[in-house]
Amino acid sequence: MTEQLIEKIETMEKKHEKEKHQREKEYPKSSLTLKIYRANRRAGESPHYDRIEVPVQRWTTVLDALLYAKAYKDQSIGIRYSCRMASCGSCGMKINGIPRLACYTKVSELQGREITVEPLSNFPHIRDLVTDFSQFFAHHHNVEPYIQNDIADMQEKNKLTEFIQTPEDVDKYLQFSYCIKCGLCYSACPTVATDTQFAGPQALSQAYRYFIDNRDTAPKERLNLVDNRHGIWRCHFAGSCSAVCPKGVDPALGIQLLRGHLLGYSKNEKKVAELEERQKRD
Amino acid sequence: MVSGGLYTICACGEKILEMEKEVADRNNREGMMGWLNPRRYGWERVSYWLQRLTGVGLLAYFIAHIYETSQIAGGPALWEAFLELTQTTLGHIILIVVIGMCVYHSANGIRLIFVHGGKGLGKPGRPDYPYDAVSLNYRQKSGIWIALILALVAMLYGASVLFGGE
Repeated sequence: MTEQLIEKIETMEKKHEKEKHQREKEYPKSSLTLKIYRANRRAGESPHYDRIEVPVQRWTTVLDALLYAKAYKDQSIGIRYSCRMASCGSCGMKINGIPRLACYTKVSELQGREITVEPLSNFPHIRDLVTDFSQFFAHHHNVEPYIQNDIADMQEKNKLTEFIQTPEDVDKYLQFSYCIKCGLCYSACPTVATDTQFAGPQALSQAYRYFIDNRDTAPKERLNLVDNRHGIWRCHFAGSCSAVCPKGVDPALGIQLLRGHLLGYSKNEKKVAELEERQKRD
Repeated sequence: MVSGGLYTICACGEKILEMEKEVADRNNREGMMGWLNPRRYGWERVSYWLQRLTGVGLLAYFIAHIYETSQIAGGPALWEAFLELTQTTLGHIILIVVIGMCVYHSANGIRLIFVHGGKGLGKPGRPDYPYDAVSLNYRQKSGIWIALILALVAMLYGASVLFGGE
């Protein structure tokens, strides 16, 4: 009786082992090493790298791997994240030297068995993989990223105006409004790397986003804001901002189009409309 | 409403500078070191790097050239002696590099004149996955490659004249 039971258990164990082997064959598990930048300069901790081995699968993202390392290997890793679906722009970091969103980068698309993760360049460092976005947001704020319209009076409800836009009008600025302010473009820009006062690709592309919006009535003021020696003229079209943008915003395109208006390459439709209106009045 | 003009610009700049001073102890700017690996971001970054490098090179050549031609003020003998330097192998190599820099900087510069005004970049639209940037299109890449090929051809021609003309 006992022997039969032992035999039965052994058969079940063999079957279970076989099934486990089959599952592993279908979904191959492996591991890789995360080389994580660690530093807390305010606390006097000098920068160094920690190597942590983490299990990964085909669909594992770098953020998944980092969160595994934080949960099971080292709880002190400093990392900022939120939505895990490339919508909030919190988990920007340099992955193998290139600014990317950790939640949007699968380990399977990276080469090698070691992944290096570092904080974004050109942002003041806080701790480990976390950087300070204050300057970045200040630049964004400086270009006045909101619709300005003298005609619409938002105080009186009776005077509220409906702005009718055609799909063509919307297409002119829509892609620039997809910016999630993740800071990858700011980190990749070679001009930002050397000029602390340069507004950066994010802010300049947002200047174009509102400049080209036909609901906005302050195009001249917007051009004045970027027309200075630390402004739009410092962009030399290295294209790195557009290369790293995870949302297809293409900041380099917005900047060049805005500069086209400053240089007079592109006709300023609002200006033309204003002149036509004045001619009619006269 | 926007006040615009110099005051706003200065005020913003000062604010940013103050913020920069506050975080000076934990500054993480790449500086010029960020330029040293232009392969990370594609051909446009390579072009940016080469345009700067050739610009600085041409400026150095221009200063050297002014110095060279100023030697004529010291008399024909000094001028001839200085001119002899360009007839050496090293002098020839430097001149070939200058030819390459000049052609690349000019050809790529013409491309940039148009690009900086938004010409040849495509139109904004509705981005779809995988979100390829329209501004980094093949017209731009072709412009960079053509500038590089022209520079190479000019350098080869220069080398054939300087080294094979005897």
